[in-house]
Amino acid sequence: MEGDGTRKIVNRGFRGRRAGTAVPLPPGQYLVEDFPVLSAGPTPSVSLETWDLTVVDVDGTVTRRWTWPEFRALPSEDVVVDIHCVTQWSKLGTRWTGVSLDVLLGDIDTTAEFALVVAEGDYTTNLPLADLLGGKAWVAYAYDGDDLEPEHGGPARLLVPHLYFWKSAKWVRGFQLLTEDTPGFWEAVGYHNYGDPWREQRYWDD
Amino acid sequence: MAAWRVATVVETVPETVHAVTIRLEVPDWPGHIAGQHLDLRLTAEDGYSAQRSYSIASAPDGERIDLDVVRLDDGEVSPYLTTDLEAGDLVEVRGPLGGYFTWEPADPRPTLLVGGGSGVVPLLAMLRHHAALDRPSGMHLVYSARTAGDVLHRDELAALASGPRAVTVTLTRDAGAAPPFRRGRVDRTVLAEVGWPADAAPRCFVCGPTPFVEAVAEALVGLGHAPADVRTERFGPTGG
Repeated sequence: MEGDGTRKIVNRGFRGRRAGTAVPLPPGQYLVEDFPVLSAGPTPSVSLETWDLTVVDVDGTVTRRWTWPEFRALPSEDVVVDIHCVTQWSKLGTRWTGVSLDVLLGDIDTTAEFALVVAEGDYTTNLPLADLLGGKAWVAYAYDGDDLEPEHGGPARLLVPHLYFWKSAKWVRGFQLLTEDTPGFWEAVGYHNYGDPWREQRYWDD
Repeated sequence: MAAWRVATVVETVPETVHAVTIRLEVPDWPGHIAGQHLDLRLTAEDGYSAQRSYSIASAPDGERIDLDVVRLDDGEVSPYLTTDLEAGDLVEVRGPLGGYFTWEPADPRPTLLVGGGSGVVPLLAMLRHHAALDRPSGMHLVYSARTAGDVLHRDELAALASGPRAVTVTLTRDAGAAPPFRRGRVDRTVLAEVGWPADAAPRCFVCGPTPFVEAVAEALVGLGHAPADVRTERFGPTGG
């Protein structure tokens, strides 16, 4: 044990279970078949009558707003993506239906470079705007062909599969566009500000 | 905080048929808050490694940490931890992790803890810390287990239930449940009886399998507790 203080540990007799798939997983992840649920509080009861999705620009003005029927009238697409949770599970080939953020934000003329995603219960998460655009993010309302269940974020959740899944805020209600990055809920209590699973950015300092 | 540390297994103590307490000594452990978890990593001889998150069961105590690991027969990591691991073995850990599902001793409000199965583990850390500091604020634990034989730390729980601390254990699969155990599920009636009224604004911590947490959190909100006062931690049957 010298140098950088790291030490080669071998747990004798530990075999582990190599992923039975040709698809490589991000470092430290393992495959699941079911769909674990992680939320910080009770599952909110969301009424579609009052539901809306808003985009607030850097000056505080509501630049876009959709009611549920208006949102559902937007062009949507099916996406099949792998998802990676910071609690180490990955799930391959998940099938969602949703509206691309390119549709929601694409034609807004803004100076913003960041977005704070706002969800029910004051949950927030932050991302660079560039990570929401270019076919990388959706507001999803269906999973595997069925309405998205409340415990998985229904009626609609953000889907940003290239980042750890806490960035894919459940029960999403809006986007606050910002010129400066602002840490969201988990990002303020120890989780990485960006959260790239392939660089294993789980926690502060990773 | 993200650095892996080499921990030494001080001892392993069979807790139930399925669960083992793993006592670790972690040099330079920065200390944790009750409710936090850590990541544990095992490495095979060929370099393959697997890591999992485990809640910390012990109150803050220097470089000592207890984990309670429940064996999942089809799991990848827990069978090794519960069967093969021995005193003197080394494992890698990093943490503490999680800054939300935590009990702050300075919080003067009453605290309701509701755990299902091994979801009791982070709540046990809170109850232990509360007892160690002898805090005057109320702290009540409601713990749902399948059978009396599945109850983790049952003797210690009985000892912890004194003064401002109370423990209620409900058994879901034990037809012969006798005092001190109750029979049935943790429902609104149990929560209303054991918890505090909503106007006392208790902090509520709920941890367990997803359906359990969904039901309990919904019942607490139904009893008038503010959703922001109900903190949850869920885990699925996977994880091993």
